[in-house]
Amino acid sequence: MMLAAEDHQSQQVLMLGFAGEVFAVEARQVREILDPVPVTRVPGAKPYLSCILNVRGKVIPLADLRLRFGMPPASITADSRFIVLEIYIADEPTTIGIVADKVYEVTELNTSALQKAPPVGMRWQPEFISGIGKWHDEFIVVPNLSRIFN
Amino acid sequence: MDPDIIDVFRQEAAELLEQLEKALLDLEQRPDDRDLVDMAFRALHTIKGSGAMFGFEQVASFAHEFESAFDRVRKGETSPSRDLIAIALAAKDFIRSQIERPDETDAMMGVCIISDLRQLIAGTDTYSVETVAEPVMISQADVEPLVTWRIRISFNKDVLINGSNPLLLLAELRDLGECQLSVDTSAIPLLDAMEPAASYLRWEALLTTTHPRAAIYDVFIFVMDDMELDIQQEIVAAAQQVPPNVHQVEQAEKTYAAPASVIAAVPAGNNSNQIESSSPRASAESRAPGKESSTIRVPAERLDEMMDRVGELVISQARLSQLTSSNGGGTKSVAEDIERLTAALRDAMMGIRMVPIGSLFGRFRRLIHDLSRDLGKEIELVTEGEDTELDKTMIEKLADPLVHIIRNSADHGLENPELRAAAGKAPAGRINLIARHAGAEVLISVNDDGRGLDTERIRAKAEEQGLVAANAVISDSEINQMIFHPGFSTAREVSALSGRGVGMDVVKRTIDGMRGKIDIATEAGRGTQITLRLPLTLAIIEGLLVRVAEGRYVIPLTAVEECVELSELDDTRSEGRSFLNIRGDLVPFLRLRELFDESGAPDVHQKVVIVTVGDTRVGLVVDQIIGSHQTVIKSLSKLHADVPSFSGATILGDGTVALILDVLHLVALGQGREAHKKSAILEYA
Repeated sequence: MMLAAEDHQSQQVLMLGFAGEVFAVEARQVREILDPVPVTRVPGAKPYLSCILNVRGKVIPLADLRLRFGMPPASITADSRFIVLEIYIADEPTTIGIVADKVYEVTELNTSALQKAPPVGMRWQPEFISGIGKWHDEFIVVPNLSRIFN
Repeated sequence: MDPDIIDVFRQEAAELLEQLEKALLDLEQRPDDRDLVDMAFRALHTIKGSGAMFGFEQVASFAHEFESAFDRVRKGETSPSRDLIAIALAAKDFIRSQIERPDETDAMMGVCIISDLRQLIAGTDTYSVETVAEPVMISQADVEPLVTWRIRISFNKDVLINGSNPLLLLAELRDLGECQLSVDTSAIPLLDAMEPAASYLRWEALLTTTHPRAAIYDVFIFVMDDMELDIQQEIVAAAQQVPPNVHQVEQAEKTYAAPASVIAAVPAGNNSNQIESSSPRASAESRAPGKESSTIRVPAERLDEMMDRVGELVISQARLSQLTSSNGGGTKSVAEDIERLTAALRDAMMGIRMVPIGSLFGRFRRLIHDLSRDLGKEIELVTEGEDTELDKTMIEKLADPLVHIIRNSADHGLENPELRAAAGKAPAGRINLIARHAGAEVLISVNDDGRGLDTERIRAKAEEQGLVAANAVISDSEINQMIFHPGFSTAREVSALSGRGVGMDVVKRTIDGMRGKIDIATEAGRGTQITLRLPLTLAIIEGLLVRVAEGRYVIPLTAVEECVELSELDDTRSEGRSFLNIRGDLVPFLRLRELFDESGAPDVHQKVVIVTVGDTRVGLVVDQIIGSHQTVIKSLSKLHADVPSFSGATILGDGTVALILDVLHLVALGQGREAHKKSAILEYA
């Protein structure tokens, strides 16, 4: 799951705008990109997992990663998209949606050039980050989704 | 050979072995029951027959040895002792492993089992010498060419009066080879016209034998004048077909038994029961009566797939209803038709997946038998509610947890005979296994009449392991729940059976996974009852759709008693007390708005949905009751496993998701919050 652990030098990734940063999510984890649809609140659930939605007859949780990172919740704009991912949680494939502020493109990312997340200077918890990469001369964040949801 | 066909044999053999085991276990209880001996023999014999047919030569020859060793029991010369049953069960297990894992099965084990069996039955070991000397073969006759004969037998009406007994003759016929008998009862007159001593039955037999036609004639030689006999060679190898009317034969034997015994008293002194028991092979050739015509094996995945399709159909149908109710017109009646059909299809589909839990309970009899032997305790298993139906997938998941619970009851719960005697209890420990439906739940309880849980010792152990603070105030039932903690065991010694603290953890995890609950009731010296409360996690339920603030929720209709309006008086008074007067009964209520942390003002006329939770009734205050709704249950992601108030979700006609309330957990949550509030008030004061 961790990009750094892959043998390939480069990998297909989806670039997402997220809280002013660019996130790279492994493209093979991405199942669908949806326009925002009405969601259902789950009373009593963890705040960052407080909603569910219907994706082709399956009920999946929708995560707001901003809340997971201790930031104010996302506001839905015209650019917002729901990204449906399949990730491994406790060795079982789990479908989950996340809210992205914007979707840029699918591109190749040189994974061998990934750097470790610095322990300071970031508002993200370092354990949620697989590494920092570069794209169009900008720093991008590769999140460790399995750890975020465990 | 075609692997599919071999698969069919394996499945069939598994069923037969189950029958065999059941018969053997029953035999332990009622050693004198001839029917059970016969049942065991029939199963064994069929395994032998079809084993040879499908190329499982080793199985066939072992079954043959088993059969011949057991022959003295069949003849009634030896009665089946406990030891004998134990070895017979081992032999049955050996056959199973021969069929399922032929490559890993050690043939020497089979030889040992057989020689043990023979020693036990014969009381000497002369037989075992023979076993070694005589190569294990089915009968020599099998090498000879087999011929199938179709034989029509029709006796004159007065054949009984003359002292002949047709049943004996038929039995003799059966001894010639594989014989399938069917009976023609069409000649039986109405009761008024019937002479009790007359014979009205005609038979048709399919006999597959190496014996010549003359041998068949010989059977009937003494009654030839009083009957018509027609013997023809069958061209088709009909021996392998199962006659659809096998059960008729048995029925006919019973019908026949009555007049036969009346006559028997006069000339021959023959008893029809004896005849039946001396010719058990009669129906041995048949498989379970009528089975093949009435059941079809369908892989479980196909059912699941079909269930999904039906689910989708139910959703689309709900959508259609919604559309037509706004448009009206001629489409409405079509929509109603489709609604009716969908509901019927759904019910039929559910029915297919439901299996009585008795099939699961049956497996535990063997477990109890083995436990009883290994632990040196006499244990009696009493089952109740075998007809309680559960989804097949749930039944499979329940097998493991129940094994652990029963084992625990037998090992830790039940005392040894000396202690039981000292406590003035019956020497045999009792374990009850009870299943029943209660509201929207299935309850499965295991109770024993043993020593009960030692709550103090559990607490001491829990404190030692750091699970509970030394001075924490917790209830006994909470302490008892500790036994489900991984690695928790109060056993001083680890036995082969239990004491490692693994089993109950498995129980807890499996039941949690099914969104079930475990209750423990225990009384020192009297016994323990462990109850598994399982939701009827059927794929589709009827629900009541309600609105709370902006959210829509489904309450399972099975839990709903009635709906009432929340009067203004009750509403304002609820600052102090939250209960309603429902026809004189006190019913407490919970405001779902509060439970779900909804802000904003509630609707003016709030409604209360009265639900039953276990034995009590609770009102749930909602903003609006939308109506009944067929609900396809979609399970929640395991990321939401920490939200107990909902048992799942469903998709509404407009494509949005509504949550399904888990009434039991919701009420528990409400109680928890109230208790919290009260303690906060106490602290403040």
